[in-house]
Amino acid sequence: MELAFLLDTTERLLSGIPLLLQLWALSVAAGVVLAIAIALLRMSGVRPLEWAASFYVFVFRGTPLLVQMFMIYYGLSQFPEIRQSFLWAFLRQPYWCAILAFVLNTAAYGSEIVRGGLLAVPFGEVEAARACGMSGFVLFRRIIFPIALRQALPAYGNEIILMVKATSLASIITLMEVTGIAQRIISETFRAVEVFICAGAIYLVINFLISRAVAALEHHLSPHRRAAADRPALAVLSVDRA
Amino acid sequence: MHDRSGAWERPGKEKGDQAMRFVVALFWAVVAVALAAVTPVEAQTKDWKKIRIGTEGAYAPWNFSEAGGKLSGFEIDLANELCKRMNAECTIVAQDWDGIIPALQSSKYDAIMAAMNITDKRLETINFSSVYAAAPASFAVLKSSPLAKMPGTGEVYPLATKGAEAQKAIDAVKPMLKGKVVGAQVSTTNLAFVEKYFKDQVDIRSYKTTEQHDLDLTAGRLDAAFAAVTYWNDVIAKPEGKDIVIVGPAFSGEVLGRGVAAGLRKEDAELKTKFDEAIKSALADGTIKALSVKWFKVDISPK
Amino acid sequence: MGSFYLVGFGAGGWGVEIIEATLMTVAVSLCAFLFGMVFGTLGAWAKLSASLIARALGDVYTTVLRGIPDLLVIYLLYFGGSTALTAVGRAFGAEGFIGVNAFLTGALAVGIVSGAYQTEVFRGAYLTIARGEIEAAKAVGMRPLLMLHRIIVPQVVRFALPGMGNVWQLVLKESALISVTGLVELLRQSQVAAGSTKRPFPFYITAMAMYLVLTSASSWLFRWSETRALRGVRRA
Repeated sequence: MELAFLLDTTERLLSGIPLLLQLWALSVAAGVVLAIAIALLRMSGVRPLEWAASFYVFVFRGTPLLVQMFMIYYGLSQFPEIRQSFLWAFLRQPYWCAILAFVLNTAAYGSEIVRGGLLAVPFGEVEAARACGMSGFVLFRRIIFPIALRQALPAYGNEIILMVKATSLASIITLMEVTGIAQRIISETFRAVEVFICAGAIYLVINFLISRAVAALEHHLSPHRRAAADRPALAVLSVDRA
Repeated sequence: MHDRSGAWERPGKEKGDQAMRFVVALFWAVVAVALAAVTPVEAQTKDWKKIRIGTEGAYAPWNFSEAGGKLSGFEIDLANELCKRMNAECTIVAQDWDGIIPALQSSKYDAIMAAMNITDKRLETINFSSVYAAAPASFAVLKSSPLAKMPGTGEVYPLATKGAEAQKAIDAVKPMLKGKVVGAQVSTTNLAFVEKYFKDQVDIRSYKTTEQHDLDLTAGRLDAAFAAVTYWNDVIAKPEGKDIVIVGPAFSGEVLGRGVAAGLRKEDAELKTKFDEAIKSALADGTIKALSVKWFKVDISPK
Repeated sequence: MGSFYLVGFGAGGWGVEIIEATLMTVAVSLCAFLFGMVFGTLGAWAKLSASLIARALGDVYTTVLRGIPDLLVIYLLYFGGSTALTAVGRAFGAEGFIGVNAFLTGALAVGIVSGAYQTEVFRGAYLTIARGEIEAAKAVGMRPLLMLHRIIVPQVVRFALPGMGNVWQLVLKESALISVTGLVELLRQSQVAAGSTKRPFPFYITAMAMYLVLTSASSWLFRWSETRALRGVRRA
């Protein structure tokens, strides 16, 4: 366990962080959008759409991410039809294959969380809003969405943090993010324990920073609770008391 | 439920007892499985009557798995031959390439015969027998690729002796490869070669197995892949490899290793002696040459 | 060769190998899950303990193992495991090297990670037990071991079931990662078949279907157990 080796390894591993963050950020961002879309499809009332969305969630939550990734990277490339289409510009590169797999996977879990959040909006709120004359998009934007967001955030925050770990699977399709570089170093030097410590530390730090960020976001999005804590008299105005 | 004897039976006692018994049984089951599977390997008796040999099983025609998992290939035949000469009983096991040296060190087997070249890097952790084959390596591309016109096809450059000409050949090839995507298997001299000479010119991808880089080469994700010529010859001979062609000069030596030999643990000096003697005798009477011609159609035994 | 033929049970079909590999997946997942139960119990015990050191160690265990990618843990045990185990063995006086096979390496790695999640499940389940019951047990004069056996364990088992269902699904899917150690479970077998026939698609689809069978069957089984276990318990 030499310090020089640990430092050198850490330096090499650090060069994988930009790729890790890119994979993570893009997957989370696109994943959220797709998750909301799938959740809305599942609650749309149109049977075929609901069924399709349920099936999608069933498949992507019931199979391992690694298998999904292999399917997209190796499975799709088997077909000349795909290789000659415009899709190939993206699917040719492991980067986009990885992103596609991550997005499809996180959106499946995310859509369940979003759906849970939407279902948790107290019906009384919706009734009151309708009584005031709100409907359609205004109802969604002013009442349903903010409440659903607050309900879903803790669980979604957890999903965001889990995505950081998921990016390590990209190393299996030749992408050199942190785990990929760690595996290279181990195969060159055979010093698995030291490399594990360095790579593990990097992931822990990243996870810590991201959990802090998510917690701060949750705090920011719950002004009513903050206000109640600072000024007890305001608790009476808290929406949650309904 | 309240009986005068003072013993109070809590409702659900049966279920609770069952649950507890189940959990306890489970615990001991786990311990039993763990103990059974962690098998201390007896310290090898020094006479080496039984030798276990590790190979990859995915690098035809050196070593590969037939349907049903049976191992076959040049090195399997050679291993059986050498063991006969060493008067030992051999078992050959398959092990993934990336873990092949760690598995040797943890005594999963006693020798590696997996088209492994002698390199200084490897000599830091393990020892080698004497060389039993030499394997130059080269690029392979799709027939339809612009790279199929790479200059120098068919020429062989041993880096140790023909260093200057080799460098010239590499320089001739560099402009064609600039910006392209090249693949090789992880932890191999092939990957080391590409990294040494083409590091900033090409996008280098490392793969766990040669099969994976072949799949990507056929799919068009890789513009070229670098591996042993004997390996490529076998790939091309199969129907799935009909679109692949070997191009450019072949190289050997230096970063590509000083020949293929059996990997051994450093402390097993006696085993090394036995292997060396067996290899020497197999070379002397032409056995290795015959096996080489059988599997590779050319004689790649060391001269 | 048609895709159905490839995955079927005929002469050139890989059907038998796929079924065997699926059984291997179940076997290694079960083993990993059981290891996880052992670690999870220890972890929960540590985190609920009065001792600050135990709590800290428990915290470190759950934080670290839930924050590090499982692939890294598997690499650690696969590339470095035997060295570590040999050292441990020497400390206990075992001679020679200790060889650990791919099955155990994978099961242990996934087990250690799932243990971190199971710690939280057990801890949560324990904290759900009504304080009143523990107090009553103490008032009646039950010895700690008896209390554990009669009061705590039955209820922990009941409350932990939903969480354990989740962890089991996780373990089942994580078992695919064990393919990097060379163990021939479902994903590995699909890779071998795909590489050998150069037709990856049918095999990966089949693998996905098999995993779906396993996860659906598991969730049905756990839902059934939960219904049985939670009979008579008033829930929110």
